[in-house]
Amino acid sequence: MKSGSNLEKVLTSGQFAVTGELGPPKNADAEVIRTKARLLKGCVDAVNITDCQTAIVRMSSIASSVILMEEGLEPVTQMTCRDRNRIAIQSDLLGASALGMKNLLCLTGDHHKFGNHPNAVGVFDMDSVQLLQMVKNMRDEKVFQCGEELKGTEPKFFLGAAANPFADPFEFRALRLAKKVVAGAQFIQTQLVYNLERFAAWMEAVRDLGVHEQCYIMAGVTPPKSIGMAKYMKNNVPGLDVPDEVIARLKGAKDAKKDVKEEGINLCVDIINQVKEIEGVAGVHIMAIEWESAVPEIAKRAGLLPRP
Amino acid sequence: MIVGERKPIQEIVGMLKGMKKVLILGCGGCVSVCSAGGEKEVEILASILRIDRKKGGEPIETIEKTLPRQCDTEYLEGLKDEAGNYDAILSMACGVGVNYLADMYPTTLVFPALNTSFMGVSEEQGVWSERCAGCGDCVLDRTGGLCPIARCSKRLLNGPCGGSQNGKCEISPNVACVWQLIYDRLKGLNQLEKLKEIFPVKDWSTSLHGGPRKIVREDLKL
Ligand code: SF4
Repeated sequence: MKSGSNLEKVLTSGQFAVTGELGPPKNADAEVIRTKARLLKGCVDAVNITDCQTAIVRMSSIASSVILMEEGLEPVTQMTCRDRNRIAIQSDLLGASALGMKNLLCLTGDHHKFGNHPNAVGVFDMDSVQLLQMVKNMRDEKVFQCGEELKGTEPKFFLGAAANPFADPFEFRALRLAKKVVAGAQFIQTQLVYNLERFAAWMEAVRDLGVHEQCYIMAGVTPPKSIGMAKYMKNNVPGLDVPDEVIARLKGAKDAKKDVKEEGINLCVDIINQVKEIEGVAGVHIMAIEWESAVPEIAKRAGLLPRP
Repeated sequence: MIVGERKPIQEIVGMLKGMKKVLILGCGGCVSVCSAGGEKEVEILASILRIDRKKGGEPIETIEKTLPRQCDTEYLEGLKDEAGNYDAILSMACGVGVNYLADMYPTTLVFPALNTSFMGVSEEQGVWSERCAGCGDCVLDRTGGLCPIARCSKRLLNGPCGGSQNGKCEISPNVACVWQLIYDRLKGLNQLEKLKEIFPVKDWSTSLHGGPRKIVREDLKL
């Protein structure tokens, strides 16, 4: 056990893990975090707190993580390389650990071109693989990136990374995951799974490399809230693969005068049930940003409750 | 080569407000090749400025000249006797030329007529694109000769990121993902093994982040 976090305990004990996601507000209102946290409480093992996702200025992931902890939930604090250099990252991580954060998701970060400050400097002093390596060395070797000894208490994080089975080149995707695991990733949260066929093919490649035995892979899922959202994800989000059948299913529900949101939840539950059956999938990461209230229902219907 | 692009006319007009006699100085190097600041462009810019100022009732006298290069002491020294005769020198060189003029002529105003864009290639008539970021510590031996610093939007050394799709970068369907290109090239060269190694964090001190750079070659000094 590297961090002793709840998520680490659930995963190492072999139970199917569930994480949620919470996007901090674009203001200084702690109540926003508290309200969303209450919706997720009891339904997930830990909650990802995004780090200015899509490069839009929001409350910091570390500050939001503290508020989440006050509500009795465990954060998976996200850290990107877009806005901080190695000095700032290491400094923030010492602080995050001192504040009690135990899970860290290491990301390169979305490019700022589409955010609300497209004219900013994109720092990218390092990438996600190098970030993992650096934090692992801080924890296991007690050294800073520069090689200097870290005297005293080291930050003890359960280290996570992202993987996108749907990005190109497909043949390299399992290898890239392997690289992240070598660098230090202990758990993986994937890009949203809608294309099960491709996800299964990727998992097969991952198993061929034996990587599923060296890390815990959690499949990312999200309930589509509307036909428009599904279409948007299909056409406008790079690295997302939304097959036509998904849109057709939602349209079918609409035509049959059924609730599209309800069908979105059903679809999400179906995907969870299917990924559960794939060898090497250790959990699901349910992202229902700005629709946190859907998570309890999804977890319940997918038979994921009660949480350990 | 260094690729530049002329600034919008109104911006240049703004810089030269109140100036009566200006040397418009072209450069016969890179910016001449990329049709931004050579002899021809000097002529065009000078005439546009004259027309504009005449229209406004404040005519300007323009002297046109193009040096073989503006990044060389030898050529810039040639302006020694005349630099004081102008209200300003409008340099059509890249930023290097503008700087060097300012270094050498402390009492003469110097303005840039170009935006220095990048180090790149001329892909076809009228199209230039970036290839090198001048980071001072070349990694091309490890990436099949294709530069992730200059050509990956996130300067990733362990790419491609999760935004790479259909060969395109996540920032735009008009931008190629260089990591897809690197992958394809190394595959073709039977060197995919190279991508399995973790590329360590880069030393950026050789790039701009280490402060202004300088090379001294004792073997060449006179
Ligand atoms: S899509 Fe390719 S070029 Fe663009 S940031 Fe990612 S790896 Fe770099």
